[in-house]
Amino acid sequence: MADRLTFELVSPERLLLSAQVDMVVVPGTEGEFGVLAGHAPLVSTLRPGVISVHDEKTIQRIFVRGGFAEVTPAGLTVLAEEAIDLASIDQAGLEARIKNAEEDVADAASEPVRAAAQAQLDGLRALQGSL
Amino acid sequence: MASLKELKNRIASVRSTQKITKAMQMVAAAKLRRAQDAAVASRPYAERMGRVITNLAAGVAGRDGVSPLLSGTGRDQVHLLLVATAERGLCGGFNSSIARLAREHIERLKREGKTVKILCVGRKGRDALRRLYGNLIVDTIEHNNIRNIGFANAAAVGERVLAMYEAGEFDVCTLFFSRFRSVILQIPTASQLIPIDLTAVAGGASDMGGASYEYEPDEAEILADLLPRNVSVQIFSALLENAASEQGARMSAMDSATRNAGDMILKLNLTYNRTRQASITKELIEIISGAEAL
Repeated sequence: MADRLTFELVSPERLLLSAQVDMVVVPGTEGEFGVLAGHAPLVSTLRPGVISVHDEKTIQRIFVRGGFAEVTPAGLTVLAEEAIDLASIDQAGLEARIKNAEEDVADAASEPVRAAAQAQLDGLRALQGSL
Repeated sequence: MASLKELKNRIASVRSTQKITKAMQMVAAAKLRRAQDAAVASRPYAERMGRVITNLAAGVAGRDGVSPLLSGTGRDQVHLLLVATAERGLCGGFNSSIARLAREHIERLKREGKTVKILCVGRKGRDALRRLYGNLIVDTIEHNNIRNIGFANAAAVGERVLAMYEAGEFDVCTLFFSRFRSVILQIPTASQLIPIDLTAVAGGASDMGGASYEYEPDEAEILADLLPRNVSVQIFSALLENAASEQGARMSAMDSATRNAGDMILKLNLTYNRTRQASITKELIEIISGAEAL
């Protein structure tokens, strides 16, 4: 591989990942797109989904929610409000959390609390769907 | 002249105060390190967000139907002041300097005949402003039991502000916090959140000047998506700066308190020894003159 892509994944709390990779597939609002080195400059918003980072023969899959991707001649930067490495998720734990969230929605006392719980649940469901 | 017993008690009490301030200083130093790391780690996100928004905003400027977060409501009658302070005291002038800046701002707005609303983030800010402007305070958001501020906390504040904005409750929103420069220097800062102040957001130099971007979806939609996020991001970085400033201020305040306690112990010890000597001398004189009289 001659050309490598500089890929950075940033969350509000910290820089999560900064690496040289072969290709990254990003879940854009209007469809997934793959970014290789030398991609034309592009700015796109994200929908909740999975970023696949292709490097040599390994593929790292990271769930992201909220944010945008920016491709510059220098590389790809993904700004995400939330990012979770799929390899680090344990299935049973996630199911328990979804169950918890469902209960939260069911016994929410007021409308704002319910909305917050619902948003939490939607996020977890999207995460489960992407596994 | 205080009695020996009283002096002894005073020395003991100053000494235990010194132990407390010393411990607080060390705790603040440890927390400062963590807060500083968090503030530094959050910078890349805020910088990139600011850069992209600046570029997008330049593209859509002057067009119709741009987000009111960018263009404002067209008025500047009602001002919302978001005053971010600490939850605890004993950190030198940290809380009061933020409150003072906010107070000056309020007075100026009042002279101009504007309506002022205050949203406090942090208990100490409310305490400081309540006496003078109690009727202006809309609400207080407390982060009392939160050890490390997370993005979710800031997002909750951001959503609150956006909801108020959409309901037309204010026209301009300004955020007050303390920017962390060093342990001994924290700068109380006011930054305008809504409508967005592009010169302040730009932050890092814009290196996208020449490149022409493809936008997906189009510029206006991306902007509409990013601007509300940006409010939360700005609040988040302000809260992190605040956390670092608070610990820095507390550290230097506790350092000087410890030193003052040390000085005081020295002085009290001197008085104690003098008094003790004087009373021994007095007793001796009494005994000797008593013996002579016989």
